[in-house]
Amino acid sequence: MTAVQISGAGMTFNPGSDNAVRALDDIDLTIGHGEFVSLIGPSGCGKSTLLRLVGDLITPTTGSIEVFGKSAEQARLDRDYGMAFQQAGLFDWRKVAANIELPLELIGWSRSDRSARSKEMLELVKLDDFGDHYPWQLSGGMQQRVAIARSLAFSPRLLLMDEPFGALDEMTREHMQSELLRIHAKTATTVVFVTHSISEAAYLSNRVVVLSPRPGQIHSIIDVDLGERSDAIRETPAFFAKTTEVREALRAVEASA
Amino acid sequence: MTAPVETARPGFARAAPAVLRQAVTVLGSLVTIVVLWEGYKFIGDRTDDTWPLTNIGLPVSSDDLTMPHASDIWSAFWAPVQRGGSDSLAVFLVKASWFTLREAALGFAMGTCIGLVLAAIMLRSHFAERGVLPWVNISQTVPLIALAPIVVTWGRTNGWGDTLSVALISTYLTFFPVAVNGLKGLQSPQAADIELMRSYAAGWRDTLFKVRLPAARPYLFPAFKLAGTLSVVGAIVGEISAGVRGGLGRAILDFAGRYSTGPAKVYAAVIGAGLLGLFVFGLISAAERFFVRGPQGSGT
Repeated sequence: MTAVQISGAGMTFNPGSDNAVRALDDIDLTIGHGEFVSLIGPSGCGKSTLLRLVGDLITPTTGSIEVFGKSAEQARLDRDYGMAFQQAGLFDWRKVAANIELPLELIGWSRSDRSARSKEMLELVKLDDFGDHYPWQLSGGMQQRVAIARSLAFSPRLLLMDEPFGALDEMTREHMQSELLRIHAKTATTVVFVTHSISEAAYLSNRVVVLSPRPGQIHSIIDVDLGERSDAIRETPAFFAKTTEVREALRAVEASA
Repeated sequence: MTAPVETARPGFARAAPAVLRQAVTVLGSLVTIVVLWEGYKFIGDRTDDTWPLTNIGLPVSSDDLTMPHASDIWSAFWAPVQRGGSDSLAVFLVKASWFTLREAALGFAMGTCIGLVLAAIMLRSHFAERGVLPWVNISQTVPLIALAPIVVTWGRTNGWGDTLSVALISTYLTFFPVAVNGLKGLQSPQAADIELMRSYAAGWRDTLFKVRLPAARPYLFPAFKLAGTLSVVGAIVGEISAGVRGGLGRAILDFAGRYSTGPAKVYAAVIGAGLLGLFVFGLISAAERFFVRGPQGSGT
């Protein structure tokens, strides 16, 4: 079954004016249910723009985007997706648990349901004891885990992540990647993931979409089939071969740009 | 002591030493003012009101009518207000302050509400921001003393009473900082915060109350503090314009009228008005400590 269907989508900022920018052009991409798809490409290739189009934070100038058979807008209004950005974006004035409960509050869950759910989510991201802390009392990696817990709180069917681990150090980052895969396996959520990191894309994804810049277009799509992921996989020849494949695709993109 | 992870918690335990420090500072500056005041008088008395070793006149005469001794002002507080009256000036001023405070509180409440509503309207529509903001600014260039009699006259012809008129005059001063800073605060969340709310399909109102308003608190409380002290000024000016009896405005006017027979009383009344403003300021600061927590509020 199809989760996301992007057909001929293009995005031009400030169309018709002197500083018009063609950010994306003629994107066709189909993402299946439960799939983990990464978008990778050089800076300014429009990968974040593509993610924002899917999330209905902006509207494409051409083409169409369907999410679960509906328009992206309808999917947003139906609260089909959760989002996580590079900045954790937690609210300082809310304790960790209250941050996770925010989307549930908006949907109108009862207080007891909310606190049960935030507890469950905190267990999922292994922060059981931190619900009563304020975000600024947590490390960057912990804050990011809270943000992921928040994005999963209302069980969205589609998770949109824009470099969520970009600001973390290498070790925390690898740890978070494994956490995310564990959560992904457990919740069967479809994930679209924007990243700069070749190894991150190869490690996490079922498919890696390589974009070329100005205007952003799909250069190639690389299938990754590494089976059950674990930290050990990072040191296998198969993983090395995949990162090499992604790297070469990116080099080809750079060369043609 | 073996304390586990020290979590910063703004609360009484943390606030108490700060209050103590502040008390010491206030006392210290009070002593400094008294010393300067009496020193000026002392020199002026010796030099016949000229700068020492010159014949250039001092800006203010140092005689006891123009500048009563600090001790005389102090004792004026404890002397009866009227000959044979039972209330001391201090008690009289506290009563008058309470009277004025109620008008100021009403003005503060109305001004804050109007300010917040204006901020929300300006936030909602750029058209309103462009249309309203200049008028909000212009409003403060109109001198209050010119406006006050008009409001009082309106009140009398429409029968809403002088107390409300005084509160309205106070409102006129208080809404301004709240509207201007409030708008800035409501606009302070980052684009990503607003997009997050959009991704939850949250409406304008949810975004306002759950993100923008809480985010605006560090901007709002300084505005509230300013509005609080302005509300007292507005109430005093309003009382003087409307001739309302019982408050600080009237007291200051009355004492000023009889300046030559009791200059210390005028100074005492002015000090009383200042203390009332400080009291309001302190109340709002306490509320700020309670309502604004977070990395900026926890003493970084």
